[in-house]
Amino acid sequence: MDKEPVLRVESITKRFPGVLALDNVDFEVYPGEVVALLGENGAGKSTLMKILAGAYHADSGRIFLRGEEVRPQNTAESQALGIATIYQEFTLTLNQTAAANIFISREPRYGGFLTPFKIINRRKMETEAQKLLDTVGAHVSASTLVEALSVAERQQVEIAKALAVDAQVIIMDEPTSALGSDETQVLFEIIRNLRAQGLSIIFISHRLEEVMEITDRIVVLRDGERVGTLMTADASIDEIVHLMVGRDLSDVFQKEFVERGDVILRVENLTREGRVEDVSFDLHKGEILGFAGLVGAGRTETMRLIFGADRRDSGKIWLNGKEVDIRSPQEALAMGIGLVPEDRGNQGLILENTVMFNMILPTLKRFTGAGGWVNRRDSRRAAGEYVNRLRVRTPSMEQTVKNLSGGNQQKVVLAKWLMLNPSVLIMDEPTRGIDVGAKAEIHALMTELAKAGIGIIMISSEMPEILAMSDRIVVMHEGRVAGILSRAEATQERIMTYASGQNNVMKPEEVLV
Amino acid sequence: MTRDTASELDQRASFRTASRNWWRSIISGQEIGVFVILVLMIAVLTSRTDTFTSSQNIRNVALSFSWIAIAAFGQTLVIITAGIDLSTGSVMALSGLAAAFFISGDQSPWAVSAVENGRDVMAVDGQYVPIALLAGCAMGTFLGAVNGALIAWAGLPPFIATLGMMSIARGFCYGWTKGWPFRQLNGEFRTIGQGDLPILGYDIPYPTIIMIILAIIMTIFLTRTVWGYRIYALGGNEQAAQLSGINTSRVKLLAYSTAGLMAGIGGTLMTARLGVAAPTAAQGYELDVIAAVFIGGASVKGGKGTIVGTLIGAAIMQVLRNGLNLLGADAYWQPAAIGFTIVLAIMFDRARQDPQVTAFVRRAFRLGRARAEAAEQAGPAR
Repeated sequence: MDKEPVLRVESITKRFPGVLALDNVDFEVYPGEVVALLGENGAGKSTLMKILAGAYHADSGRIFLRGEEVRPQNTAESQALGIATIYQEFTLTLNQTAAANIFISREPRYGGFLTPFKIINRRKMETEAQKLLDTVGAHVSASTLVEALSVAERQQVEIAKALAVDAQVIIMDEPTSALGSDETQVLFEIIRNLRAQGLSIIFISHRLEEVMEITDRIVVLRDGERVGTLMTADASIDEIVHLMVGRDLSDVFQKEFVERGDVILRVENLTREGRVEDVSFDLHKGEILGFAGLVGAGRTETMRLIFGADRRDSGKIWLNGKEVDIRSPQEALAMGIGLVPEDRGNQGLILENTVMFNMILPTLKRFTGAGGWVNRRDSRRAAGEYVNRLRVRTPSMEQTVKNLSGGNQQKVVLAKWLMLNPSVLIMDEPTRGIDVGAKAEIHALMTELAKAGIGIIMISSEMPEILAMSDRIVVMHEGRVAGILSRAEATQERIMTYASGQNNVMKPEEVLV
Repeated sequence: MTRDTASELDQRASFRTASRNWWRSIISGQEIGVFVILVLMIAVLTSRTDTFTSSQNIRNVALSFSWIAIAAFGQTLVIITAGIDLSTGSVMALSGLAAAFFISGDQSPWAVSAVENGRDVMAVDGQYVPIALLAGCAMGTFLGAVNGALIAWAGLPPFIATLGMMSIARGFCYGWTKGWPFRQLNGEFRTIGQGDLPILGYDIPYPTIIMIILAIIMTIFLTRTVWGYRIYALGGNEQAAQLSGINTSRVKLLAYSTAGLMAGIGGTLMTARLGVAAPTAAQGYELDVIAAVFIGGASVKGGKGTIVGTLIGAAIMQVLRNGLNLLGADAYWQPAAIGFTIVLAIMFDRARQDPQVTAFVRRAFRLGRARAEAAEQAGPAR
């Protein structure tokens, strides 16, 4: 590329206690390009991103914006310079309108004698916000409260917010992790549109297919160093993975054939009005049953019904051939159903507490002696066993879970449920936001569990994961089962056809064959 | 279809959308639920007692909830930021003392001998009244700012910081007065709390008028100005506000200082009404004030709440007290009745915000979601 880069980072180094997060990294972004910043968790990409966003300060190195050196001291300054960041956790205030969010901290005001009162010109703010939303291509009214918007729409508001500060470079951190395939395509349309207008986008994602689809150039970091730059057109996923982990792709999805046993869980006509309609399927021992579908297709909701977290309106559940009535998660646990929730931080773990505490929480009774004292020696031994078995990388059992990486946190959640010796394990997005290496370990663990005769239900929005790991795949669309595919029948296209509702919904009798 | 009729149709459609949005915002508005409760209470009291609607009683009710409501306006700001101010009652008392000090015949350096009702007393001239009012407001603002600084800069949790301030301010009340009230307050000062302004044939007490003016100012402040937007943003998502370039510490300082100012105004008016500044005044008022805000629809998690809601909440508390008296309820049981009402009012409000209940109400009003969405899609062309 012969153009001048709009943003150039020169030999940035950042050291945290005990870790060299960035080691002399150069990085550049050209006008009108989408550049992928890739690397495993801990490779340094979030550190680099935070330095650009003004949240961290580099120990050494320089940042040039349009050829001039800049030193953003905080996020506000970085924004003013024209670098906007769209975080994975949106920075929106749900209780305010889209317009208020887009112009947050720089709302248009009335002038003249009203100047000292700082009164907001709401009409102007909404008109301008609407213009920006239209530029983005969002079908969102600027006067809607953000809490009424879908995840995809909220993201569009975030993008409009970036345009409102006149951003030249937009950093998107895992922008597709919460989107379904359709919504992802809409986002890509928006990104192409912004690129055509000369904006530059730094695209950070774990989903390599998406990186291949949308980016022009790929920069790979590993252990705080820049290990490679590829033009997307010439790159292959194998090559990228190799750069990221120094391993091959075949190691990433390890699926071994496991003999499938008897039916362990059978669900018939499960219904919760407006969410889940007439869902029927069965799960065998040793089977990994994938659940595919767009975000909001009712997969998580179905699992919550099985787990007793929500009340079902109708439907029957059989466990080991016996009909059961599960009315609360406690009952589900007692019957041997475990649920690894989607949102590790909020639903799966008590982040401020230790590894051991989190692991023994559901089985606390087992470690409690007379008088309600927790036997610390026993619980430490049990937790230690699982730390070894799941290869949790933690300095000690007393480590605060918050400080572990995403992959290791997920292992702690897994350990927590495995200690209950479940016969059915429901895993909702088990590898979301986890780096490639840790993903492979989680997948290997799933295979191990299946071998031990556990029936596993895996909800995943990642097509390669679903295709590689599932023995059978249930595809949901708008609360219904749109189809069940065997491993042999399943292709990306067929799943998408079912997931987008282009096929007629199958009758339950057909599905149960 | 010609261009003109098309744009006419557009206009009509957009008017329809606008009016539907207006109607929806009314029925889903935070205040409507509690407003219904207030109206019901007034209706019951009107039918069950002869005295409730007497102009004297209405004047009493309007007068005695005004300083609670004013303090609650400030508390609303704090609660919107997801904080809490437990020091309101103590701040009201200390501000009242600060105001009274300058115009109290026993205390003021400007006190002179005078004859009142044929007795020799010490009195303070009316020219010092503005100083007293200013002192009350300044004391409140100062204490609020200390709260704000402890929370924003020292990083204390609001509950702890204001719990401390509650005791500190009350302690200063006792220490300063040695337990004795400040008396012999200037007559013009007392008029502010006790006098009326005749409007349209009704005698409206000054504190009520001040409350209404402050309600309007605070509503504009909260819903129309940059500061108000920041307060809502802070309560909605503190991290988002910070990452969007808002100085959250300053917003907190502003919220708590304003809460202090409002408590100061409330305390000063209360002192003027009572005609004496006691160190024990306003004890426990913080709980009434906080209850008023929550009844008014604010959320413990922050981000939600309005001045109008708080005003209605404060009115409910006072109408309830007054009503129980008029109905001849046993005074010993009254706190229990008030407690039940607070819980019931908030449960009613929760139920109203429950999606299932809302859906039922919408169906009842034939405002099905499908229709609304269809209208939105057919709405103004992009």
